[in-house]
Amino acid sequence: TVTVMAAAGSCSWFPPLALGVSLLKCLFINAYHSTDFEVHRNWLAITHSLPVSRWYHENSSVWTLDYPPLFAWFQWSLSHVAQHFDSNMLRVENLDYVSPGAVLFQRLSVVFTDGVFIYGATECCRCVQEPKEQRDVLSRPSFVLAVLLLWNFGLLVVDHLHFQYNGFLFGFLLLSLAKHLQHRHLQGALLFSILLNLKHIYLYMAPAYGVYLLRSYCFTQDHRDGSVRWSSFSPLRLLALGAIVTSVCALSFGPFVAMVRTVLSRLSPLRGPLSRLLGPKLLVPVQRVHLKLLEEAELPRASMTGGLVQEFHHSVLPSVTPSVTLVCTLLSILPALLSLWGGPRGPRAFLRVLLICSLGSFLFGWHVHEKAVLLAILPLSILAVQNREDAGTFLVLTTTGHYSLFPLLFTPAEFPIKVLLMLMFTIYSFTALRKLHSGPGRLLRPLEYAYLLGLNAVAITCEVALPLSPWQQTLPFLPLLVTSVYCSVGVCHSFLLTQPSNDFTNIVTCELNTLMNVFIIFEEYGTLQLIIEICLFGRFS
Amino acid sequence: MQTWSLVSICVLLALVVRWGVSLNSYSVLLFLVCACVYVLSAGKHWISFPFIRLSDVSPGAGKPPMFGDYEAQRHWQEVTYNLPLQEWYFNTTENDLMYWGLDYPPLTAYHSLICAYVAKSINPEWVELHKSRGYESPKHKLFMRATVLVADLILFIPAVVLYCLYLTDGSSRKKVSTLFCFLLYPGLILIDYGHFQYNGVSLGLALWGVLALGLGWDALGSLAFCLALNYKQMELYHALPFFCYLLGKSVQLGLMGRGLFLLVRIASTVLGTFALCWLPFLSDPDHAMQVVRRIFPVARGLFEDKVANTWCSLNVLVKVRYILSSDSQIYLSLACTLLAVLPSCVRLLTKPTFWQFKLALANSSLAFFLFSYQVHEKSILLVALPVCLLLNDLPLVAIWFLHASTFSMMPLFLRDGLLVPYVVTSLAFLYFSIYLLSPLEHCSEDTLRLGVYRKLLFFLPKLDLAWIVRWKFYISVAATAGLSFVTVALVPPSHLPDLFPLLVTSTAFLQFLGTFIYLNIVQFSEPPSRKSNKKKK
Repeated sequence: TVTVMAAAGSCSWFPPLALGVSLLKCLFINAYHSTDFEVHRNWLAITHSLPVSRWYHENSSVWTLDYPPLFAWFQWSLSHVAQHFDSNMLRVENLDYVSPGAVLFQRLSVVFTDGVFIYGATECCRCVQEPKEQRDVLSRPSFVLAVLLLWNFGLLVVDHLHFQYNGFLFGFLLLSLAKHLQHRHLQGALLFSILLNLKHIYLYMAPAYGVYLLRSYCFTQDHRDGSVRWSSFSPLRLLALGAIVTSVCALSFGPFVAMVRTVLSRLSPLRGPLSRLLGPKLLVPVQRVHLKLLEEAELPRASMTGGLVQEFHHSVLPSVTPSVTLVCTLLSILPALLSLWGGPRGPRAFLRVLLICSLGSFLFGWHVHEKAVLLAILPLSILAVQNREDAGTFLVLTTTGHYSLFPLLFTPAEFPIKVLLMLMFTIYSFTALRKLHSGPGRLLRPLEYAYLLGLNAVAITCEVALPLSPWQQTLPFLPLLVTSVYCSVGVCHSFLLTQPSNDFTNIVTCELNTLMNVFIIFEEYGTLQLIIEICLFGRFS
Repeated sequence: MQTWSLVSICVLLALVVRWGVSLNSYSVLLFLVCACVYVLSAGKHWISFPFIRLSDVSPGAGKPPMFGDYEAQRHWQEVTYNLPLQEWYFNTTENDLMYWGLDYPPLTAYHSLICAYVAKSINPEWVELHKSRGYESPKHKLFMRATVLVADLILFIPAVVLYCLYLTDGSSRKKVSTLFCFLLYPGLILIDYGHFQYNGVSLGLALWGVLALGLGWDALGSLAFCLALNYKQMELYHALPFFCYLLGKSVQLGLMGRGLFLLVRIASTVLGTFALCWLPFLSDPDHAMQVVRRIFPVARGLFEDKVANTWCSLNVLVKVRYILSSDSQIYLSLACTLLAVLPSCVRLLTKPTFWQFKLALANSSLAFFLFSYQVHEKSILLVALPVCLLLNDLPLVAIWFLHASTFSMMPLFLRDGLLVPYVVTSLAFLYFSIYLLSPLEHCSEDTLRLGVYRKLLFFLPKLDLAWIVRWKFYISVAATAGLSFVTVALVPPSHLPDLFPLLVTSTAFLQFLGTFIYLNIVQFSEPPSRKSNKKKK
């Protein structure tokens, strides 16, 4: 496929979009922030005041360093700026330290490091195919994509209210995707390995990357029917790829080689429970109403951020183990990976498989946070502005995925912000995508419309009615439960919608069938568990 | 993109910005000093509190002895809820007028009463008589901020949307751009949601009046304006243009025929509205007089604090306050104000068109701001509203003025601890208004209406006036940015402690005066044919 680059001069609308959202972020400096604020402050202190050898051993705070080394280096470099704002925040013994200077610095650091995200978004917008006829700026695909990426509700809420550096990380992802779309595979691989060494949650996407690079970069030719020509394998390319990945990892883990076991054990997601908070995940209903989880969620601050070792054992039905979730995840992404190997080899197919990988691991993975839905939403934005079906999927997934982030912000002062921002993004994405794909036919099926309208009812029930009702006392987690169960339907639906439809032999259909069966089993298993536990513990107050 | 979705996105964004600003601290006089002392003395204790926010620390900490407008509004809720209506404006044993006594017209009092009922149902402590003085808590702050947002949502924002959609010309894109800039005007947002006031109510009502007059519903317009006047007496700044426009229109229709009918209808509307608003106070003439005395205090002096008007700026050169007696100060300011208002009002009387009306609104309020007695720096908002109405017609001058007006209130914002929102919203307004309305690209002598200046400068034929105006704009923006930076970053020399505030006010004053002269000249020059065609539409 030929990628028509948007003319560089026609992007004059990009700076206002980026500047506008950056200024808006600055307005949230004084807003609520979660314990992630303290997590990152503690990391700043650790990396600034301790020798490198102590970084992954330090445990005076419960929020130990559990990101890969490159992120630790990132925090280390930030700490050099931080000392000019407030040097007290850089002391390891100052636990739970908050001061105006510290807040200002940490918030501004997120706003400024979002520059990487903005750059990544520009690169992605350049790769979008522009229609032949000269359209109005507002209905150009690249403009719509820029808004969908830069003004993404989830990122705004998670980074600038809840507090995290996802924008910075997603910047690397978008840059890497853009490089692949531009057929600069080595650069893309380099950026992705940097990303992996910043935050290991992106390992979920690694299967797609691996298969795609192996198939499309290391094999230079295809047969007529699109299947792989084994003789065209280029060892040199494989070597180059391997060199890039290993050198980045070596640079990142090099200083920690003596204690690599400690580092890896810190990074391991097995330290956490099956799910942090009640996100719209498929396996979560299995243990959702469990008594211990209820107790955990009573301290929402503690449950929303990671690092604490919490294991739950089911009392009624057998527990879900990490190996089960691993098998489920692999099963769920297998058909997509196979189709990527055997099917068309363009970067857009890769993007779709990447999406399936992140959605599959979101639905089935172990210890997944509801914020991880952004892993699927952002890459899907790129597809949504170019393909009609993807636009429909995007609308279902973003609306449900974003709504599932609502429980992250539970403070009343931030309630208007989350509602208004969500409305703004949803109205924009609906009208812009409908205008973009303005041909005959509808983007969403009537049932999907009904489902999304139902979301309004759920929102009113969970955000307004239930907290004010007497049930708030007896069943304090009912709103969370309703939210996540309702949202999981939408996420599962969009997961099925994204499955590759171009029929790659019978394997895919077979796989899909088994997958559907797995789905049904899990749904029923979850529902059963739900009913049992509500009967047993529902009245518990 | 359909217009409705763009409009709703604009409105939602404006609401988000408003709420974002309201997360910051509000007006507490002297709080900065107290907060600092508190932090220094009890710092350890404060540091150990993990979930405290900047916004909660600053105003609440230290319990300063004086409070700002926030406490005034809360106190009015307390007074109106607990005391009988007869005592609201009187100094009684239960009502200490020296402590933020009610000094706004009755509608404000009624509004406070409604808010007080809601407050009472949420938490009775908030409006408890005497005991609630100086009450502050995050929840109460949330409630107060929400009342402002609700008032804005009901009155101000719909009026702005309707005005921009129906009374500005150009493509729908242009209308939405104007709407966006209008809603994002930083001065109003920072005062209402940062400092804490309900300007959105009075300005919104006045805007409904303008809107109704623009659509030809004269009686409804005068009704809305009377409500505005009864909410805040400062709306008198706009009264003369309303009066002259309606009178001029009646005269034009013929004072013996339809004009008389119109005049009678308007007069009865005005009288009826006033009577309705003042009904509870009319039983006793003394009572009504006391309310009037409370509303118009003359004992406060020619000007207070640092205001960017003539008297304060003149004070640098001539100490008028000490030369003249307070009575002659009143007469002097009255004479100057009348003289300044006269030209634009006479012009409006003779040519009562909507275009002239908008210009006269700006000119009259600016004249009041520059020359009248006892002006507060926040009164510039009353000028900013009519200038916002001109955003579509005279973009460059309007943006320039609006930016300068926000800048003129900077010392106030700094006192309230609103530095970050001030910088963010001003930057956003300047950037987006210039980007969306592109005043600098279409900047020619014709669009700037510099015909009269051209005639005055006939001896300099080669001068490119538009170029000069553009550079003056750049220089003034640079000056405001520089002065903002200097005020924040530097400590003034010890023998001139007021140096920076004075520099700020005089810079702003020069720009206000320039705008005043310019808008008057525009009002007297012929409206371009483009304009008149559109009005017939």
